[in-house]
Amino acid sequence: MNVTAEQVIFLAFAVPLVAAAIGVVVARSPMYAAMSLVGAFFCLAGVYVLLTAHLIAFLQILVYAGAVMVLFLFVIMLLSLGGEGQQLDRLKQLQWLGFVLGGGGLMALLAWISREVAGAEMAAVGPDFGTIKAVGRALFTTYLLPFEATSLLLTVAIVGAVVVAKEKI
Amino acid sequence: MLSSPQRKPFSPRAVLVITLAVGVLLFGALFTGILVLTAAIKPVMIAAFLRQVVGVDPATWPHTTLVTWVSMAITALILLTFGAVISGATVWWEMRVSARMQSRIGYNRAGAGGFLQWIADAVKLLFKEDLIPAEADQLLFRVAPYFVMTGFALTFVALPFGEGLVAADLNVGIFYMVAVTALVVVGILLAGWSSNSKWALFGGMRAAAQVVSYEIPAGIAIMVPVLMAGTLSMQGIIRAQGAWPWQWFVFTNPAATVAFLIFFISQLAEGNRTPFDLPEADSELVAGYLSEYSGFRFALFFLVEFGNLWVMAAVLTTLFLGGWQIPWVSAADWTAARGALGDLPGAGWWGLQLLSMLVMVLKTLVVLNVIVWIRWTLPRIRIDQMMNLCWKYLVPFAFAAFVFTLLWQVLLARVPLLATFTGFIMTGLFVAMAALFGRQVKANIAASGDHVDLTNW
Repeated sequence: MNVTAEQVIFLAFAVPLVAAAIGVVVARSPMYAAMSLVGAFFCLAGVYVLLTAHLIAFLQILVYAGAVMVLFLFVIMLLSLGGEGQQLDRLKQLQWLGFVLGGGGLMALLAWISREVAGAEMAAVGPDFGTIKAVGRALFTTYLLPFEATSLLLTVAIVGAVVVAKEKI
Repeated sequence: MLSSPQRKPFSPRAVLVITLAVGVLLFGALFTGILVLTAAIKPVMIAAFLRQVVGVDPATWPHTTLVTWVSMAITALILLTFGAVISGATVWWEMRVSARMQSRIGYNRAGAGGFLQWIADAVKLLFKEDLIPAEADQLLFRVAPYFVMTGFALTFVALPFGEGLVAADLNVGIFYMVAVTALVVVGILLAGWSSNSKWALFGGMRAAAQVVSYEIPAGIAIMVPVLMAGTLSMQGIIRAQGAWPWQWFVFTNPAATVAFLIFFISQLAEGNRTPFDLPEADSELVAGYLSEYSGFRFALFFLVEFGNLWVMAAVLTTLFLGGWQIPWVSAADWTAARGALGDLPGAGWWGLQLLSMLVMVLKTLVVLNVIVWIRWTLPRIRIDQMMNLCWKYLVPFAFAAFVFTLLWQVLLARVPLLATFTGFIMTGLFVAMAALFGRQVKANIAASGDHVDLTNW
C-alpha cells in the first residue's frame, strides 16, 4: 500500500485525538479529564489544518484550547474537588446508559460512513478554501441569519449571566 | 602536574576579545542560519537549488522530499535555538539596564560587561536537581513547562525576520500568533494547580485571570492594523506599510496610535511583565506559579518569559511600526532583485534580505529596550487596578478605535491623501514630544545637581 504524507499526518493527529477523547471520559480526576480535552482540541485542530481549514483550526485552538479550557480549569481549581470517587456508585446506571447510547451512536455512524463515504475520493477544493475571506463571505451571505441569531443568543447569555451573578444591579 | 588553584585571570583585553568573539559568532551564526534557511525552505527555492546547484530534476529526483524535510527540521532547530539564545541575551541586557537605572554595578564578572553570565546561569540551572514536591501532582507538574515552552516555540513559525525571511507566511498569521500564545496560560494554570501549594495556586489563578482578560483588548487592537492592511498575514500587514515613520500604521491613523498603546499594554500584561507581574509577585507570592519549580523546568519557564519579550517586540514592530520595510526599496525593487522565479536569486536579493533583517531586528531591539525600561520604572499595580484598567479603559477604547478605523477606511477610499497627511502630522507630533521629553529629562537631571554619565559601561 502506498502511504502518503497526508495519511501519516492524519494518523499522527487522529490516533492521539481518539486516545485523548477516551481520556476525557475515563479519567477519574477532573483535572486530567480537562487536560485530555485540551489534547483532543489540539489534535482536532491538526485535522482541520489537514483539511486546509486553517481559520477554523486556529479558532479551535484560540477559543476552545485557550479561552474555554482556561475557564474550565479555573472552575475546577476553585472548587478543588477532593472526593471525586464517592459519587461514582450512584452514577453506575447512568454510566451504562451512556455506554449503550454512545456505543450505539458510534456503530450507527460507522455503518453510515462505511456505506456512504468509504472509498470515495474527497472533492478537490479551490485555493481560496478555508481562508478567512472565504469563511467570511460564507458567513455574511449564505449563513447570515444563523450568524445573527447566534450573536443575539450570545448577548442574551451575557446579560443573563450578569443578572444571575449580580443580585443588585 | 597539578595546575595551581589560583589561575591567573585573563587580561581585560583578552576578556573583551573572548566576549566579542562569543557574541559575534553566536549571533552571527544564528542570524545567518535564519537568513539563509527561512528563505531557502520555500518549495520554489528548494527546486531551484536542486536544479542549479545539485544538478538534478527536482520533480523526478527521489530525495526531493527528504531534502525538504531535513532543511525544515534544521530551520526549526535554528529558530528554537534563536529563541533560547535571545532569551538569555535579554536577561543580560535587562540586568545591565536595571543596574544602571538603580545605580548598581550589575553583571560584570563573566566576560566583558558580564555578557557571558547568562550562559553560566543556564548551565548552572541545567545541572541543578529537578525537584518535584512529594504532594504535587507528579504527571501534570512535569508536563506544565512543556505547554508553556510549546506556546512560545510555535510563535516562531509565523514570526517575520525579513522580506522573505519567515518560516511560513500563514494567511491567518497574526491570528495564529494569538492562538498559540493562549497555550502558555494553560501551562501556567497547570503549573499553579499541580504544585499543590497555596502560593503557586494563587499565582496560577492570577495569571489566568490576567491573561484571559487582556486577550480581549489585545485581540480588538490587533483588528485595527488588520483592517488597515486588509489581511491577517504578518508579511501582508508589513507590505501594506511603508519604510518611513509617516507610512507606519501607528502614525497614519489616529485610532491606530490608540490601538498601539492598548496592544502594548496588553502585551505587557500577557507577558506577566511589571507593572503587571502580579502572578509572580515575589513580595506576596514567593514566586507565584513557579515557586515549586527548580532546575531545568524552572529554566524553561524563565526562557519563555524573557524570550517572549522578543516575540512581543517583533509582533508590535510588524503590526504598527513598518516591520522590515527598507527606505527607498519598493515592492517592484524586490521583484526586480528576485529575478526569474524558477532560478536561485542573485546576491543583490540576498543583500536586500540582509538589510530588511537588520531593519527588523533594530526596530525589535528598540521596542524590547522600551519594555525593559518600563519594567524598572513602574511599580506593580494592584489586582483590582489591573482588572479596572482592562475592562473599564482598554476594552472600551479598543472598541472605539476599531469603529473609528472602520469609518477611517471608508473615508480613505474617498481621500487617499489623508493617510500621508495624518502620517506627517503624527510623526511631527511624536518627534516634538520626544524632544520635549528629552529636554525635561535633562532639566530634571540638572535640577538634582547630577549629570549624564555614560563612561561606566
